[in-house]
Amino acid sequence: MKTISRLLLLFATLMITGLFFFPIWNIDLHAPQYPEGIGLRIWLNKITGEKPFDLININKLNHYIGMKPIVPESIPELKYMPYIVAGIILFGMLVILLKKRQLVFGWIASIVVIAIIGLYDFYMWGYHYGHNLSPEAPIKVPGMTYQPPLIGSKQLLNMKAESLPGIGGILLGLAVLIAIAAIIIDKRELKGN
Amino acid sequence: MKKIMLISFAVILSSITFVNCTQSGETANDEEAAKKVYVAPGKYDEFYAFLSGGFNGQVSVYGLPSGRLFKIISVFSQNPETGYGYSEETKPMLMTSYGYIPWDDAHHPELSMTNGVPDGRWLFINANNTCRVARIDLKSFETAEIIEIPNSGGNHGSPFVTENNEYVIASTRFSVPIPEKDVPISSYKENFKGTLTFIKVDPHNGDMSIAFQILVPGLDYDLAHAGKGPSHDWAFFTSYNSEQANSLLEINASKNDKDFVAAVNWKLAEKYLAEGKGKKMQTTYYNNFFDEKTLTAKSNKITSVTILNPKDCPGLIYYLPTPKSPHGVDVDPSGEYIVAGGKLSTVIPVHSFSKMLKAIEKKDFIGDKDGIPILRYESVIAGEVENPGLGPLHTEFDGKGYAYTTAFITSEIVKWKLGTWEVVDRIPTYYSPGHLCIPGGDSKNPWGKYLIALNKITKDRYLPTGPELCQSAQLIDITGDKMKILLDFPTVGEPHYAQAIPADIIMKNNQRIYELEKNENPNATKSEKYARVERKGDEVHVYLTATRSHFKPDNIEGIKVGDKVYFHVTNLEQDWDIPHGFAVKGSNNSELLIMPGETKTILWQPQQEGVYPFYCTDFCSALHQEMQGYVRVSSAKSNTKISFN
Ligand SMILES: [Cu+2]
Repeated sequence: MKTISRLLLLFATLMITGLFFFPIWNIDLHAPQYPEGIGLRIWLNKITGEKPFDLININKLNHYIGMKPIVPESIPELKYMPYIVAGIILFGMLVILLKKRQLVFGWIASIVVIAIIGLYDFYMWGYHYGHNLSPEAPIKVPGMTYQPPLIGSKQLLNMKAESLPGIGGILLGLAVLIAIAAIIIDKRELKGN
Repeated sequence: MKKIMLISFAVILSSITFVNCTQSGETANDEEAAKKVYVAPGKYDEFYAFLSGGFNGQVSVYGLPSGRLFKIISVFSQNPETGYGYSEETKPMLMTSYGYIPWDDAHHPELSMTNGVPDGRWLFINANNTCRVARIDLKSFETAEIIEIPNSGGNHGSPFVTENNEYVIASTRFSVPIPEKDVPISSYKENFKGTLTFIKVDPHNGDMSIAFQILVPGLDYDLAHAGKGPSHDWAFFTSYNSEQANSLLEINASKNDKDFVAAVNWKLAEKYLAEGKGKKMQTTYYNNFFDEKTLTAKSNKITSVTILNPKDCPGLIYYLPTPKSPHGVDVDPSGEYIVAGGKLSTVIPVHSFSKMLKAIEKKDFIGDKDGIPILRYESVIAGEVENPGLGPLHTEFDGKGYAYTTAFITSEIVKWKLGTWEVVDRIPTYYSPGHLCIPGGDSKNPWGKYLIALNKITKDRYLPTGPELCQSAQLIDITGDKMKILLDFPTVGEPHYAQAIPADIIMKNNQRIYELEKNENPNATKSEKYARVERKGDEVHVYLTATRSHFKPDNIEGIKVGDKVYFHVTNLEQDWDIPHGFAVKGSNNSELLIMPGETKTILWQPQQEGVYPFYCTDFCSALHQEMQGYVRVSSAKSNTKISFN
């Protein structure tokens, strides 16, 4: 592999370390009573509010529709996700050192597979929170569930929920694109030779 | 003298017609004025205005230019709406050496300053009756501290701050025997004294403490202002009753042609204190402060104060003769001119600070009063404003070289030029203005856009409301050559004086909640799982939590007639603008309004058996009406055990 491709791969790997510093996914809620917005930030290892007390307040609002409180400590994925991402980063470093193009394909594939599993898992959590509602809920709207959209926006009673990748998620996507670019460049250079 | 009195009476009688017919004041045309005060829905006002409540003992917060009322801050008066002065946490705020005083007469709000400009950290205000100074925290818009002023007969000339809050100054309105004792009132001249008080303010947390008092001759001290710029080290106090009369002052204190402005060099006072010239005097006064950690007020009783006697401190005070019962004393932004409002004077005398220093240097005295040198009027006067209207009281400045003075008797505001002393404009007010306020108008850098006239009388201005009519503020545009009335707005209590400041200075520090985790109130219940009821003898402590839309516990049994029931209510919310209320049927104390993250305690002593509902009084959520519970009260002899859920 050419140096330029390896540099691109290094760059991609470094971008993935950004997952430790930025939220992967953002869920923002808008309602008339929340002109300033209220939102969730999903990180590799934690779920926080957009602002210091947003998580508490979202849980308070959710209790009216019988949704279970979001307790980050009880979500096992948040415990082992950091190790998986650390593994990806180490794998990336290995690929750069070993200079094998096949390994690059393997690396990209592993990221994509993990990302798809992650999204599916995220979807399932959303489904679980949105559908398993307490039968004792003060507000029950026939046929209504409260699953946030996987991506995009959706009106849930008075709340407009907007779900989009956070900076971490965008960095991961870009890393994959850059890695693909690295392969393409590498191939072209070979052909050129 | 008699002639002036007659003229005044004639003018008082005819002032309304006089004002309407002959003065040249302008009202902007309606459409233009409406545009200038219209703050569209969802938009913010440009300024906060803090108006004293006068006899209601509170401060009200308005927006300018809209004149909309935002909040009433409880300061010296109990407020059953929030539980201020009723709850166990706030009761200590109103303790004094005379016991619990839950009311007062609050006159002069004063913003804290940095380099002579309001900084939006604190607002100070005085209590006239039971002499106190309060500090309001402008993060939370709540009263943070109240300090009692000992050796004072009435705390009117207060609280005025020096350029960096080095001191909050206060003077006694009524001279009294010091220390207080049983003497004939007719012995006024020999036994009665006044005090000027200097309160130190901690630059970090604002804590107030009395640094020293100056014992002064037994006059009536009226108002004060600190110097600025070149006059930074000085403070000025008006006085009346240089006759030292003790009866029918209306006549007997209006005899002398000149009374005094007292000029005090507080830097020199500090030097004398350091030299040990101060004498400790036994006295009793309270310092009450609200602890931000426990969200609970504490009272400290203090038993001595340091007194400086001018006799031991040459150069500490000079008297500037000032015509006819001066009321306000206002220092212009440059710090050079000291404007006195002579209530009965036909001119506004303006003293010059630099001339005063020269006269002191030359010992240009015409005598002394109890050892305090009296300077020669002609040597210290910078100029006199002629024809300023009758009853000039207070002056503020626009920072562009003009001064604005209220004329109480002729119901007008008179604009005049510093330096030339000519009147350049006048505008009628409705009616009888006392103070006036320009945002920052008593500071080094006024935001000279608006002027508020604080009027005493509103006959014919609003829908009538029986014998008691509202008082009123009037907003006047002072950006052009001609003053223009933009708006009348009714006020709460007596808007005695006001201070205003650009909104952004305060907004950026605004507090939204109390952090529950940092709530160190010993009776806080930080989670529903700790909600409980405990009996200790005949005291029952209910540790109650409030959140949308329920209390925990909501059923309480085992309380008996004769018990003292303390409800310690913690609001578990951490969201802005979500307070909860608490009220129990038949409570002869008050309700509570508890801010997010706060704990408040109310004492309830049920007198009869029965089941008493309690509920949230602040419409907090869609299920607010469901936010309720019951307390069962059994007979004193019953053996119902404490239980709850
Ligand atoms: Cu409530």
